Amino acid sequence: MVRFLIKRLSLLIPTLLGVVTLVFFMIALSPGDPARVMLGERANKQQLETLRAELGLDQPLGTQYGLYLKRMVRFDFGKSIKTGRPVMEEISNLYPATIELAFFAMIFAATIGIIIGVLSATRKNTWIDFTSMVGALFGVSMPVFWLALVLIMIFSVGLDLLPTGSRMNVRYYFESITNFYVIDAIILLIREGDPKYLSSAVKHLILPSVALGTIPLAIIARVTRSSMLEVLTQDYIKTARSAGIKESRVVYRYALKNALLPVITIIGLQFGLLLSGAILTETIFAWPGLGKWLYHAIEARDYPAVQGGVIIISTTFVLINLVVDILYTLVNPKIRLQ
Amino acid sequence: MTEELKNNNEILLSIRGLEVNFHTYRGIIQAVRSVSFDIKKGETLALVGESGCGKSVTAHAINQLIPMPPGKIDKGEIFFEGKDLLKLSEKEIRAYRGDKISMIFQEPMTSLNPVFKIGKQIADVFMTHHKISKKEAWDRAVRLLELVKIPSPASRANSYPHQLSGGMRQRAMIAMALASPEPGLMIADEPTTALDVTIQAQILRLLAELKAEIEMSVLLITHDMGVVAETADRVVVMYAGRKVEEAEVHDLFEHPGHPYTLGLLNSLPSNEKYKGQTRLEAITGQVPDLLTIGLWCPFENRCKYAKDICRKEFPEKTEVEPGHSIWCHQVGKLD
Repeated sequence: MVRFLIKRLSLLIPTLLGVVTLVFFMIALSPGDPARVMLGERANKQQLETLRAELGLDQPLGTQYGLYLKRMVRFDFGKSIKTGRPVMEEISNLYPATIELAFFAMIFAATIGIIIGVLSATRKNTWIDFTSMVGALFGVSMPVFWLALVLIMIFSVGLDLLPTGSRMNVRYYFESITNFYVIDAIILLIREGDPKYLSSAVKHLILPSVALGTIPLAIIARVTRSSMLEVLTQDYIKTARSAGIKESRVVYRYALKNALLPVITIIGLQFGLLLSGAILTETIFAWPGLGKWLYHAIEARDYPAVQGGVIIISTTFVLINLVVDILYTLVNPKIRLQ
Repeated sequence: MTEELKNNNEILLSIRGLEVNFHTYRGIIQAVRSVSFDIKKGETLALVGESGCGKSVTAHAINQLIPMPPGKIDKGEIFFEGKDLLKLSEKEIRAYRGDKISMIFQEPMTSLNPVFKIGKQIADVFMTHHKISKKEAWDRAVRLLELVKIPSPASRANSYPHQLSGGMRQRAMIAMALASPEPGLMIADEPTTALDVTIQAQILRLLAELKAEIEMSVLLITHDMGVVAETADRVVVMYAGRKVEEAEVHDLFEHPGHPYTLGLLNSLPSNEKYKGQTRLEAITGQVPDLLTIGLWCPFENRCKYAKDICRKEFPEKTEVEPGHSIWCHQVGKLD
């Protein structure tokens, strides 16, 4: 197990180097002159050249790449052209919001999705199966922005149960420590004994998590169902039944653990997608996350910001894959021992 | 009948007039038709026949592991220690499974759960049927692995199925089937088919040794007459869902009474008549379609003794000698 981890971790370095290199060349090859963008149309030649020299853009590409790698090792993404603040600072303010949202969306999607998948597999061709699979089809095909708006209409405007957007009740005096509001709120609950922050943070998370998690939920439900159906026909399930083991235990322990392998893959991939693809949800729920910020950065040709954002998201993706691989070994002993 | 069975202490399991049908979109498949036989305490009964003859379905009917639907036990009684298993609820029959009626399967490669340790899988069976601690169940599992002669059982219990060879896995399967204080009946569904010949012999020897140690009856399902000769006390031959012959193993090999049994024995490569010959004799023709099969003798289309009456009705039981019965219109010497 330790050897597996060391091997897997050492593979991270070339992967990340590849990501960083790809991002560099994609931006270096993309049309448009950053200096021109920063200074605007009226800048004269002299000003442009001064800025290029400042940014290192007058150097040969090889030298630029070397300098870039040096900065990347220190997580120095430079300053945002638009705001003038260090990119890393902006990301560390915004990314926790996105991670928090994606995390809760994924918890929602995985728990409900797996339960629905198992139920419809064990009750194949009954009304439970049909309803949940038609529901899953709806889930996959529903546009996120539309679902988000409908959720707001019903639960915020109509029933007045949940807030329409943002991360915390604005009337609370709330200073963030980690930028993960749920964690902050738990710290405050322990320190001050006041649960209002936690309840507000959770309430603000519900609707965006549901909106963001619906598509992954539907996908997870379908994958779980087909994987379960396959596993339930295996010989070892018959063995377990012939040994008198309770049907619920046969399903939830003997079968599900085998059926989870493809489901874990899907959960990992979907989680990565949510981190980068939450722009619509973040926009509608006024969620101050990375997706919206990155979208604006691309629009404004804010190269350092785009670079930093893309690298951070890809790094997370790589790390999630690492976690998926580790989870694999926990579920499947065959991989662990190879 | 019930009273008689209750009083008969010799008999462990008694199947009476069992009929199993599969209700599919194409129609009703008559998998087992009015099959009856008994298994005595401590006896090994072999259920023989080719693929699809209903032998596995019959065996699975005992602990009701036939996939239902589409399968359905439409008629019959299965008495185990005087109780009709078919009248029990799912929960009651589950208490029998793995405790008094255990099963081992054909494919040791796929019959053990790949994600749990061997010891854990056996311990789980203990814990299903007895109120014992995890530690205790594990210890008993290790002792069982020792009983089935797995070397260094304590460390093997910590192995996963893919770390064991086919023979070892089958031993582990047998250990799992023994995970009860008094295995009454062990149903062995082609236990050696997937193993190579030397391992086959080892497993059969192991089963014979276990039977001498533990009081249990074995229902051996197989299509391999060699295995039958080596292990069984009595034999029931099935063909296309019907029981066609029942005899002590010695009688069956000496004087087969049914043309189908004769065909089976004639197709054994070890048969004396093949000395110096290179071709095997096969039974000509094909098994009838169970969807459209009639009420007459199912072997009629492949039988060289077939007469008009064979195409009209299924024969009554004929006792050719004490304890040896056939269901055939052609009674007498076969050549």
